[in-house]
Amino acid sequence: MEYEIVIGMEIHIELGTKTKIFCSCPTEFGQDENTHTCPVCLGMPGVLPVLNEKVVEYATRAGLALNCEIAHFSKMDRKNYFYPDLPKAYQTSQFDLPICTGGDVEIEVDGVKKDIGITRIHIEEDAGKLLHESADGTLLDVNRCGVPLIEIVTEPDLRSAEEARAFAEKVRNILEYTGVSDCKMEQGSMRFDVNLSIREKGSEVLGTRTEMKNLNSFRALIRAVQYESKRQIIEIKKGHTIIQETRKWDDTKGTSSSLRSKEEAHDYRYFPEPDLVPIVLEPEYIEKIKSELPELPEAKKQRYIDEYKLPEYDAGVLTTTGVTARFFEESVVLYNEPKQISNWMMVEIPPLLKEKELSMENITITPAQLVELLKLVKNNEISGNTGKEVLKEMFNTGKNPGDIVKEKGLAQMSDTGELEAIIEEIVSANPKSVEDIGAGNEKAYGFLTGQVMKATKGKANAQVANELIRTVVARHLA
Amino acid sequence: MSLTREDVTYVANLARLEFSEDQVTALADQLGAVLDYAETLSGLDTSKIKATEHVLAVQNVFRKDEIKPCLTNEEALANAPESEAGCFKVPRVME
Repeated sequence: MEYEIVIGMEIHIELGTKTKIFCSCPTEFGQDENTHTCPVCLGMPGVLPVLNEKVVEYATRAGLALNCEIAHFSKMDRKNYFYPDLPKAYQTSQFDLPICTGGDVEIEVDGVKKDIGITRIHIEEDAGKLLHESADGTLLDVNRCGVPLIEIVTEPDLRSAEEARAFAEKVRNILEYTGVSDCKMEQGSMRFDVNLSIREKGSEVLGTRTEMKNLNSFRALIRAVQYESKRQIIEIKKGHTIIQETRKWDDTKGTSSSLRSKEEAHDYRYFPEPDLVPIVLEPEYIEKIKSELPELPEAKKQRYIDEYKLPEYDAGVLTTTGVTARFFEESVVLYNEPKQISNWMMVEIPPLLKEKELSMENITITPAQLVELLKLVKNNEISGNTGKEVLKEMFNTGKNPGDIVKEKGLAQMSDTGELEAIIEEIVSANPKSVEDIGAGNEKAYGFLTGQVMKATKGKANAQVANELIRTVVARHLA
Repeated sequence: MSLTREDVTYVANLARLEFSEDQVTALADQLGAVLDYAETLSGLDTSKIKATEHVLAVQNVFRKDEIKPCLTNEEALANAPESEAGCFKVPRVME
């Protein structure tokens, strides 16, 4: 029997506001424990939370970028549960009237395009951080309490780990473009929950699902989906039924284990938050935010294809993140050779970033420096191979390519007089090669070119050298 | 009676409250009577009345995204029954 994996996702994203959702404490990551708190986010009695206007703006922007309807009327609710990561014993969230509903995102896996439905996006507060470091208790850091989140809930439209990943990456890409979040996975700015079930292929009925919470990297997402789908298929093949439960993914072990069953599942007893008033957004407000949306990845990609005549693949890679696209665009403004820039950005830069453990966000070279290098290559002042070396040196030292070429004497030898003398010497020293060429063996040219490159330490202009070798050999054969 | 003993035990568990058998019986009676009384409202015809999503008539109360001073770590922890390493300390919890 053939099985089908059915996945729905919930993505939590921390918004990049300066302050928390309901109080004026800063949202900065990585500060000393419990130094960014006030009576509101500590859940003291008698305090009054007030909604941050930027949270409404960012959620609206995110919703529009993900093709959602923005609600004219939405409200906040209390979600009650007992867990010490929330001092109030409830999370302020949105229940039946979220700020955004009904969006979609197009993904592409193995050349197949597909729309993934978004059920809703709501705003809520993040919880604090529990540190399991004390010998006889659990420690709580409240700094993260009240950091604004949006939760994006999808329809069960995803069918594989690859689709889940493609969707998560696309959402990250779009939200990073809109500037509502830095989407830094390593800082927990983006976290995934996965609802997964298995059914017979072709069936319309959904199987019993399990939920895995707080996957905080694309790798964890993929591995958790692969593991859990395999586990469920094995259970079904054994004739066991799947139990509806929340499972915990252990990324170190690469396995998931049961956390709590549906019977113990939370009944959150939502009710309207009496301390916060409804949010009413007029069409003019929504239109204004819509008009301020930046060019989104899909539109940018198409523009790169049309305007810069780039292949679809290149355009896709260059628009993967906003910073990559900005680097490319700044380079193109300085130097109108989009394909050359694209090649170097796609092929030469990534391995150097990886080696230095950098990303496009903190890349150590500027578009102007890359352009200077590419001009040197284009004008044959240095060879492509030398260019790669110079680029590496630029990453190492931050120096300008022109200076590196001068300092290291890397300029290409195109002076025919100087080159011809070297070639004459090599050809004279290799009569066997000349003889072979005379006998019709063209391969011997390759050997001679190699010798010339060796003698000039690779600085000979390959095209000029090849022409000269042929002239000199012809003279010897005559 | 509108409220069963099971309902009481279930809600008590959600609220982390513990009751004796007798108390459960008494609460089922008392809370049931409250619910029955509230049930009289269902007798009214509300078909022409707009749903109340929120009890306040006020809307759109926002603050600017501007940072204000926070409590110090000492101030934040001042009322904590237990603290350690700059953190609130609570009984050990499972993840």
